[in-house]
Amino acid sequence: MNGPKLPLTKNIEIGRAPFTLAQYQAAGGYVSVTKALAMEPKAVREQVKDSGLGGRGGAGFNTGLKWSFVPEPDGGPRYLVVNGDEMEPGTFKDRLLMEYDPHLLVEGVITSSIAIQASQAYIFLRGEYKAAEKALQQAIKEAYEAGFLGKNIQGSNFSLDLCLHTSAGRYICGEETALINALEGKRANPRFKPPFPQVSGLWGRPTVVNNVETICNVPGIISYGVEWFKSLGINGQTGTRISGVSGRVKNPGCWEMPVGTTFRTLFEDFAGGMLDGYEMKAFLPGGGSTDFLLPEHLDLPMIPGDVAKAGSRLGTSLIMVLDDKTCPIGCIENLMKFFAHESCGWCTPCRDGLPWTEHMMHKLETGTGSMEDIERLEEMTRYMAPGNTFCALAPGAAEPLQSGLKHFRDEFIEHVQHGCKYKQH
Amino acid sequence: MAKINVDGKVFEVDPNNNLLQEILSQQVDLPYFCWHPAMGSVGSCRQCAIIEYANDEDQRGRQVMACMTVPREGARYSIEKAAGFRAQAIESIMINHPHDCPVCEEGGECHLQDMTVMSGHTYRRYDGMKKTHNNQYLGPFIGHEMNRCITCYRCVRYYNDYAGGTDFGPQASHDNTYFGRFQEGPLESEFSGNLAEVCPTGVFTDKVFSKHYSRKWDLQTSPSVCAACGVGCNINPGERYGTLRRVVNRFNDEVNGYFICDKGRFGTGYVNSSERITVCMSRDTHDGRPVQIEADTARAQLKAMAGSAIGIGSPRASLEANFALRELVGADNFHAGVSDAEFGLLNQVLDIYSNRPVNIANIRDIENSDCIVILGEDVTNTAARLALALRQSVRNLGKEMAAKLKFPNWQDAAIRQLAMDRKSPLYIVSPHSTRLDDVAKTVHIASAADAARIGFAIANALDNSAPAVSDLSVDEKTLVDQIVADLKAARQPLVVSGTSLLEPALLNAAANIATALANGESRCNLALAVPEANSLGLMMLMQGSGNTLGKALGSGSKQAIVLENDLYRRAPARAVDSFLGGLDKLAVLDTLQNRTGEAANLVLPAGTFAESSGTFVNYEGRAQYFYSTFPAKAPILSSAKWLTEGKKTEEILAEVAASLPGGAILNKLTPGADFNFAGMRAPRQHHRYSGRTAMRANISVHEPKQEQDEDGIMNYSMEGVPPLKDATVFSSPWAPGWNSNQSLFKFETKVGGPLKQASHGVRLLDNSGAANTWYDATVTKASGDGFSVFPVYHLFGSEELTSRSPAIGEKATAAYVALNPADADKLGLAASDGVQVQHNGAVPVLLRNSIQPGTVGIPVGLDGLNFQDMTANVSLEKARDWQSPKGWRAANIIVSDRSMKKGEAN
Amino acid sequence: MSNIIASTAPKARALTPEEIHEIEHEKTHYPYAQAVGLEALKIVQKYQGWVSDESLLAVAEYLDLAPDELEGVATFFNMIFRRPVGRHVIQFCDSVACWMLGCDSLKGHITSTLGIEYGETTADNMFTLIPVPCLGDCDKAPVLQVGDVVYRNLTPEKIDQIIADLRAQA
Ligand SMILES: Cc1cc2nc3c(=O)[nH]c(=O)nc-3n(C[C@H](O)[C@H](O)[C@H](O)COP(=O)(O)O)c2cc1C
Ligand code: SF4
Ligand code: FES
Repeated sequence: MNGPKLPLTKNIEIGRAPFTLAQYQAAGGYVSVTKALAMEPKAVREQVKDSGLGGRGGAGFNTGLKWSFVPEPDGGPRYLVVNGDEMEPGTFKDRLLMEYDPHLLVEGVITSSIAIQASQAYIFLRGEYKAAEKALQQAIKEAYEAGFLGKNIQGSNFSLDLCLHTSAGRYICGEETALINALEGKRANPRFKPPFPQVSGLWGRPTVVNNVETICNVPGIISYGVEWFKSLGINGQTGTRISGVSGRVKNPGCWEMPVGTTFRTLFEDFAGGMLDGYEMKAFLPGGGSTDFLLPEHLDLPMIPGDVAKAGSRLGTSLIMVLDDKTCPIGCIENLMKFFAHESCGWCTPCRDGLPWTEHMMHKLETGTGSMEDIERLEEMTRYMAPGNTFCALAPGAAEPLQSGLKHFRDEFIEHVQHGCKYKQH
Repeated sequence: MAKINVDGKVFEVDPNNNLLQEILSQQVDLPYFCWHPAMGSVGSCRQCAIIEYANDEDQRGRQVMACMTVPREGARYSIEKAAGFRAQAIESIMINHPHDCPVCEEGGECHLQDMTVMSGHTYRRYDGMKKTHNNQYLGPFIGHEMNRCITCYRCVRYYNDYAGGTDFGPQASHDNTYFGRFQEGPLESEFSGNLAEVCPTGVFTDKVFSKHYSRKWDLQTSPSVCAACGVGCNINPGERYGTLRRVVNRFNDEVNGYFICDKGRFGTGYVNSSERITVCMSRDTHDGRPVQIEADTARAQLKAMAGSAIGIGSPRASLEANFALRELVGADNFHAGVSDAEFGLLNQVLDIYSNRPVNIANIRDIENSDCIVILGEDVTNTAARLALALRQSVRNLGKEMAAKLKFPNWQDAAIRQLAMDRKSPLYIVSPHSTRLDDVAKTVHIASAADAARIGFAIANALDNSAPAVSDLSVDEKTLVDQIVADLKAARQPLVVSGTSLLEPALLNAAANIATALANGESRCNLALAVPEANSLGLMMLMQGSGNTLGKALGSGSKQAIVLENDLYRRAPARAVDSFLGGLDKLAVLDTLQNRTGEAANLVLPAGTFAESSGTFVNYEGRAQYFYSTFPAKAPILSSAKWLTEGKKTEEILAEVAASLPGGAILNKLTPGADFNFAGMRAPRQHHRYSGRTAMRANISVHEPKQEQDEDGIMNYSMEGVPPLKDATVFSSPWAPGWNSNQSLFKFETKVGGPLKQASHGVRLLDNSGAANTWYDATVTKASGDGFSVFPVYHLFGSEELTSRSPAIGEKATAAYVALNPADADKLGLAASDGVQVQHNGAVPVLLRNSIQPGTVGIPVGLDGLNFQDMTANVSLEKARDWQSPKGWRAANIIVSDRSMKKGEAN
Repeated sequence: MSNIIASTAPKARALTPEEIHEIEHEKTHYPYAQAVGLEALKIVQKYQGWVSDESLLAVAEYLDLAPDELEGVATFFNMIFRRPVGRHVIQFCDSVACWMLGCDSLKGHITSTLGIEYGETTADNMFTLIPVPCLGDCDKAPVLQVGDVVYRNLTPEKIDQIIADLRAQA
């Protein structure tokens, strides 16, 4: 099983400029393109499916399976869209990949496009990511010049155009159907599913939307094979993923590690544990729209199913640590403000429920809350439950709130009785 | 059909519709906001939540939005179990709402109020600040009060998606979402008024109504028919204190569905006009002052004219009134009060509809068509409601694409998304660009004569036994080939034309195309627009007589009775002058003062549609009965009653039925005066009608006896049995818990289907036996010096009565001359100049690229130029000492011509 | 009333050759003008600093889009500025990771130093302060971004330095 141990970050060195195409190729880059061009598209899809690669955008759905829902080509355009909108609070992994190894993403785009027979690909990049924009632009230019993009790639019949689209902002653009609307130049309200984008997506045509990190995994799978990919994971998982830590830890950051690594390894071995004088009170395991977990959950492996059993979601697997000197109510208030503001305004529970939630959190944090507010917040979490809203934004917002109400109930009550005891930031 | 169980009750439902629609069709209450029967589902408001159970064992179920759910055979659902969520939804939707019901025009017929009560939200727990917004000026028709918005997106889905408007939209986001215009200013769509009905709360309101407002339950209403054009949309006018306050849509699935145009809605202000004729008048000589006379005297004078007078009927008067005049003066002396050109054209329409194997297209047929050819008619301005239907027809290609992928047909956003700009082919051949150009596959600018030639060529290419035309240009041939290919591929083609361009060959060409496409049972849809509410009814009464207006004017008669007609709009002024000048006695029955009335010796005040009952025959030959909304103030009387000495309208209708071949069907139009509900008549007033004892207290504390309506089965009062579930006499929809117009589903057999027991009207023309025969492909090409003239119509301004309503007046412009800029150059005309039209005075010039050089568009009915005075060709020259007239606003013309926005106009 | 409005209504300005050139380039990437609309707004903003009514109308006219539709888009996305901004737009991250590391007090520091609140511009037109959702640099919180540059691990001293440097740039 030849192949790198850390396929996503092997070319990355913080502080050094990203690899040029030549350097990237010298390091084994673009092999997957040549290989995939020689394969049946269906075989490429099968390999990705067999590898067990799950989406890294938050939901973790099997990528190859997602691709298999794209109907047979009918002569019309088909699209691959890379979701590089990274705006989930506490998430900073795609930025790393795009800024430091843009060719990996470009290679992934080409190979994935071959798999689904897309004729046009877009990278939907968060507008604020200026360094990533520059790096990707350069890489795309080089790839065109080297014949990896454009007409008849590497002398094959396969042609692909890749356009880097920079977003004009808003968290909701990360939701795949809202992203499609934004890309079409419309207001970024999500679309109802079904129909799924694979059937009717960008401009009504078959479209696959994948996260940056997901796509960055594809070159390795095709270059080094399914078995290699499977060998990377631990605890019954396949592949690697980027996990990270923010908050008051000694060494915040993100690192590539085998899928299945425990939170404790991430938190203690990589992030070095808490800063002196602080203790971990809880942590959000994978972005602002996941439920709080407690220190007792640190030994869980970072596997979607295991995290779900503990009452949360793995999400983006970048954890945010809440320390004992920071007010959990203020923390949740901040999250509610974020989600209320980022609501697209399409459906009622989110558009009107979140501002109300924020209002009540604000009351609690400023010492004017009541016990009824706490009850009503409980109600709100049920109101914004999955299935009740049009997309997953509001249910995601409800997660830190509902777990907060569960884990920090005493502190909620204390806020009603005595106001906030934490010193102002 | 699928069997489903909703809270223990079993229903048979149509799995092709969404669950919400099907539940409503079962008359079961389920709250909703964003869904609309004509616009499908988008699932944004989350008010229609329902629990779906996977199987019999499933006790927890899963919450879904009924409007976005396909009813599954054998499935179990619970409305009750989702009540908690719906209560939360309404509570949060209301947090920013101002709770200003007492001062809100929507109060009392507010869907938001109804849903709030139905969902159980009675106590406000939110204690934060409310969002507030600025409002915009949106023109004379629609008011804007954004603070009442609940962000259901219905307004944009209607205005932009459904009606094709582009000057409005959603702005900003999250709980700050705003619905308005980029810059404040009049809404441009001709269908903007429907916003007031589509908005479930009081954001968009009928501004004309607001100015003189009354609660819905205080309005006296009746089932009526719009008198403003030949489509015959069904309406509910509402009256209080003797003035007509507003008009709302009355559902008729075959004529107008859920929507009407702005002329119909806002054009009835003339009913309350100070220019109304309200007394009987007599004048000895033409120059003498009119003196008021008693009604009996007037009636006697009118009666005395029988035997010696000729009668001139009217396309805007009811079938009964025209018939009564015909009976009074005798059929030989009865003349059609339409221009001679129109006379021929309307007869032609009757001939085509009666003797050609075509399907006379109603609105559903139009909406279902998948390839449309419009020959010459500017439908938006001559038969507006049909244009809104045509906008829907071009979506059929997208719907077919969606059906292939098995998308449910109610998934509005998904279908639009899939279709993108792919549309069913719609071709427009017209002398100028029109409002439908944006949905057309090809717009071909051609004179009426050339349009007819193209039409004949299409028919010939479809069926070579149809007469051919020679000398088509290369462009024309290409166009014909393209149209023919699309027509052949169509499942349900449609040909649209009409009388407005005054070109007989156009109608013949349209008929030939439709005939060529007829194939046994499957007939081609054909819609021919006619000018006025009863144009076809009048012509049916002519029964082939050759009594044109021209004949009347030249008859040398000494006495004439003119029914609801201003002859100056029908014939050249000189001919009318000389006719009127030669009369010894002229009797006029009309509603508003006009030039013809000024010459009358005897003037009788006629009731408008709102104060009279009667029948109009629309463009399809569909007779529809309208009930007066409120009693006419004496001595005003419906023309039919003046002319018959007070016969009941139904009696006259029965006589018409007996006199017209195939007319017996007219007897089905009304239930008849003797019909009743449990021995009682139907009330025009709501059972909550208030203030009856007080409304005249400033005059007398004694409540006067309610006016009696000797016609029909409706009372001018709240007494009687409201037709709760029976829409026969459907004065305005209301059902317990449903105070808004959304209560309509309680009267429908199923959502969007026909009303229970209500009359669609009756079709008078039967062409079931027609066989393929062709009209000659003769086209007479105009020749002569000068510019060749074609008429241009304006939704706001061309029609006689509506243009005298204040709100329409604000939208209408003065007359102008529309020219190609190259021609203007040659005449030395700049955009701001005026132009002298032969001997007809000077008007502003309007430059339009889409007008062919050598031709000139002359508006019909606008102040400043009388189209009847035009000859086929006119000479033009720059006007001297030019000053633009007061009413001239080029900006308002842009409203009817989208392409002009892009710099085409000056 | 409508006449008054008509006379004060903004009119489209002429797009510059550079703007047109870039818009034309964007057209090659998208099959529909609607998609180019949002791109064109960004281009215009790049050159003009913000999107005025006149600019919005110009883009609408150039691409044959309805101004109302474009306005709906322009007001949806937070990176399109429909009001004038200062030379430097300080995008201040106030999302949760930065909040946990004390961004509130840093924001207070900026506010008292520059005398502006969120959404405001200094009187000298130098700075505009706006909040931005999580900048994806949470391991280096608190952070802010000005133009292409991200400033990380902020302290009050660092902020003073940043402001001074930006002032000096002018
Ligand atoms: C409100 C919201 C925001 C999201 N933001 C992102 C994002 O920034 N990046 C991302 O990759 N996925 C995001 N997602 C998930 C996407 O909808 C989608 O599931 C993902 O891009 C699919 O890619 P994957 O299968 O490769 O994970 C978001 C979802 C929601 C509901
Ligand atoms: S939950 Fe509703 S309002 Fe919120 S972002 Fe999704 S669609 Fe928009
Ligand atoms: S009516 Fe179903 S979500 Fe609005």
